[in-house]
Amino acid sequence: MAKTTATKSPLIRIAKREDISRPKAWLIRIAAILIALLVDGLIIFAIVHLNPVAVYQAMFSGAFGTARRGWITLRDAGILLCIGIGLAPAFKMKFWNLGAEGQILVGGIATAGCMIYLGGRLPAPLLLLVMAVASIAAGAVWGLIPAAAKARWDTNESLFTLMLNYVAIQLTSYAVARWENPFGSNTVGVINQNTQAGWFPKLFGQTYGLNLLLALILMLAMFVYLNYTKHGYEIAVAGESHNTARYAGINMTKVYLRTMVISGAICGFTGFIAVAGSSHTISTSTAGGRGFTAIIVAWLSKFNPFVMVLISMLLAFLGSGATEIASRYNLNDYAAQMIEGVILFFILGSEFFINYRLIFRGKEERAA
Amino acid sequence: MIGLAQTPVVQMKGITKRFGHVVANSQVDLTVYQGEILSLLGENGSGKTTLMNMLSGIYFPDEGQIFVGGREVTIASPKDAFDLHIGMIHQHFKLVDVFTAVENIALGLEGKLVLDKREVAARVKEICDKYGFDVDPNQKVYSMSVSQKQTLEIVKVLYRGADILILDEPTAVLTPQETDKLFAVLRNMKADGKSVIIITHKLHEVMSVSDRVAVLRKGEYIGDVPTAETSPQELTNMMVGRQVSLNIDRPAPKDPKPRLEVRGLNITDSAGVRILKDVSFTANSGEILGIAGISGCGQKELLEAIAGLQSVDKGSSILYLDPATGAQEQIIGQNPKKIRDMGIALSFVPEDRLGMGLVGDMNIPANMMLKTYGEGHGLLVNRKAPRDLAEEVVEQLEVVTPDVFTPVRKLSGGNVQKILVGRELASHPSVLMTAYAVRGLDINTSYAIYDLLNQQKAQGCAVIYVGEDLDVLLELCDRILVLCSGEVNGILDGPSATKEQVGLLMTNLQKGGADHG
Repeated sequence: MAKTTATKSPLIRIAKREDISRPKAWLIRIAAILIALLVDGLIIFAIVHLNPVAVYQAMFSGAFGTARRGWITLRDAGILLCIGIGLAPAFKMKFWNLGAEGQILVGGIATAGCMIYLGGRLPAPLLLLVMAVASIAAGAVWGLIPAAAKARWDTNESLFTLMLNYVAIQLTSYAVARWENPFGSNTVGVINQNTQAGWFPKLFGQTYGLNLLLALILMLAMFVYLNYTKHGYEIAVAGESHNTARYAGINMTKVYLRTMVISGAICGFTGFIAVAGSSHTISTSTAGGRGFTAIIVAWLSKFNPFVMVLISMLLAFLGSGATEIASRYNLNDYAAQMIEGVILFFILGSEFFINYRLIFRGKEERAA
Repeated sequence: MIGLAQTPVVQMKGITKRFGHVVANSQVDLTVYQGEILSLLGENGSGKTTLMNMLSGIYFPDEGQIFVGGREVTIASPKDAFDLHIGMIHQHFKLVDVFTAVENIALGLEGKLVLDKREVAARVKEICDKYGFDVDPNQKVYSMSVSQKQTLEIVKVLYRGADILILDEPTAVLTPQETDKLFAVLRNMKADGKSVIIITHKLHEVMSVSDRVAVLRKGEYIGDVPTAETSPQELTNMMVGRQVSLNIDRPAPKDPKPRLEVRGLNITDSAGVRILKDVSFTANSGEILGIAGISGCGQKELLEAIAGLQSVDKGSSILYLDPATGAQEQIIGQNPKKIRDMGIALSFVPEDRLGMGLVGDMNIPANMMLKTYGEGHGLLVNRKAPRDLAEEVVEQLEVVTPDVFTPVRKLSGGNVQKILVGRELASHPSVLMTAYAVRGLDINTSYAIYDLLNQQKAQGCAVIYVGEDLDVLLELCDRILVLCSGEVNGILDGPSATKEQVGLLMTNLQKGGADHG
């Protein structure tokens, strides 16, 4: 009656891990990165016939080879960190804010507008303050719209925020067309190149010092906000279960609106940092996909702002390194992106091995 | 016993199963004979379901052997189990709502490309006639009652040729009448030579339906006894491991005064279906008011309406009578926070403990402040007070946990409930509502909960106890309100009511004859 005759257990079984110690979890993550580098090495060798070690060296020198490169990598990490911080409260509330791109862009437009129209008319500190407020307001509105629609009509926030990205891109195109400089170039060019009005001042003698300082302030503020405030508690409860939130008397509409205003505002503020503190121009690529990359920063860190620093550093390093090998070895961008992709794949995949363990046939005794 | 009873069909030998550090089953030996109904008895967490899941191919044992029909077998998937004619009916039904009975039965069957529903329907009818099931082959699952869904699950398993049926707590969702019907069917199957294993922790069912009882305790096999030669007291002692008293206290109500007056409560859902119809009753201080009813007849909505979580129709009234001032306050139209702000200490232990009453991923202190986190000025939460409360609850209610900073999701069902009840009692409630407060809890924890409810009663709290176990309702409650199809079908005096009375009121609506006391 039975088809199964042999009495053997399955080759591999998957079991959920109860509690994994922190060092062990990090060991798995580091192992994942090493394996990723190995796989990348094979790919590099097999496809482009280069010495993987040399390629990795090039990546490293691309990211940290000179002080200037190091600062640029830090600057990029800072921007990713800021966006990740902005996304964290929304994601913790399980509100899938995929609209960071758009929120950065509207913040960037507001910043660039202030620089163009108010540059030279206001004292520098006041101008920066106005720019910051304008970018925060713009981002907040961009975050508020999907939250209000969700609260009022229960719309799907993933689609809504995603669509708003396209609206923001079109707005940016419009702004670029209006502010074109020189005429006919279809770019805004560097704004206030001569006066540097509205540019971030040097801090500690560093061009990007202020960028990093702002990112660190945001990081600490978000850590306190999520972990020690009443708002943070409400976000945690709301994200876990709507019913529990209702039961506790938490007003979900209010929490949605408030949290998305904050999330959008921080992303808008990041647009301010990206424009005033880094590119000094605005274009449809000002956000450059970082609104999506930062989702990895927010999730992988499990919303812990301190871990976010590490992850944004890693991603910025990969980005800078990839650009360097693309130009040094005359590869196209895709080769560099493959390397990046493999590393991310292994890092994300390592989470599986942190949460589960594999039991091979005959190893039960030892595993238990 | 019938002659066939001594042929073993299933033998499990030395079965061990671990989950992480938890040993769910340890060296369990279990034999099932042909043509018998075997009760697998044990408290929650004693490993009954885990053991059966290994027989039905959900889990794979870490150690041990399984013999079916005398041959050693490997059961690595539910399909392997079906090939061995073993079928399991789980607590949570695995049916597709928008499919009909026949479509659900045909789902996942191997066979021809074109599905001949008529052929399946004919065989389904044959099975139903043989054992006395009542299934409409073309009824959609979403329009079925819980009992009908369960029947369908059993028919599905029989259709696939199961000779050994495992039922996981099948009566948890049934009324007494439905339970009797199920047991009749099980006896028919037994007469047909099939073996039935029924997982349960209800002793009176064990006594009434089974031929033999096997007892598990903390994952270990304690032993088996023929049902005819044992008693509920002996089985309890085997199950718990020591002498336990099975009586529930019911002190006389002390100075009962109206505390909560529900008048003309109507609830209509968004589809226009009337969930509650003109519900009126009074809950008194110092007494336990039981609410009985088959599942889904409006208990949940009633409690949630009182808690301020459910919108109600115009004209409904729920008055709170303040014992200190004598003032009357209308609760309708308020939310839980506003009710708290009105100074009403209303505690609610909802049915869905981790989905409504607690946050599973949070630790104990964080769950303690669920209703009080907003207190005090300033933006920051006060973390000291909830931590003290957490330590207090863990100590007083004997919660088993590594420390207070463990996420409550990781605790066992009984400990989760203790934390929820502990928090709700900490606010010194003047009204305490509990929904299925002991569902899934072991005997010790259940009795601890009954004691806590009696304590509240003694302190003058108005306790509303929604329960499913009629024996407990009859022993614990001072009055029992029976709901039927969203209407109050009668309010009985607890000490004098009988199980038959309550069961009848649960299922037969007495038009105009109900006593709206």
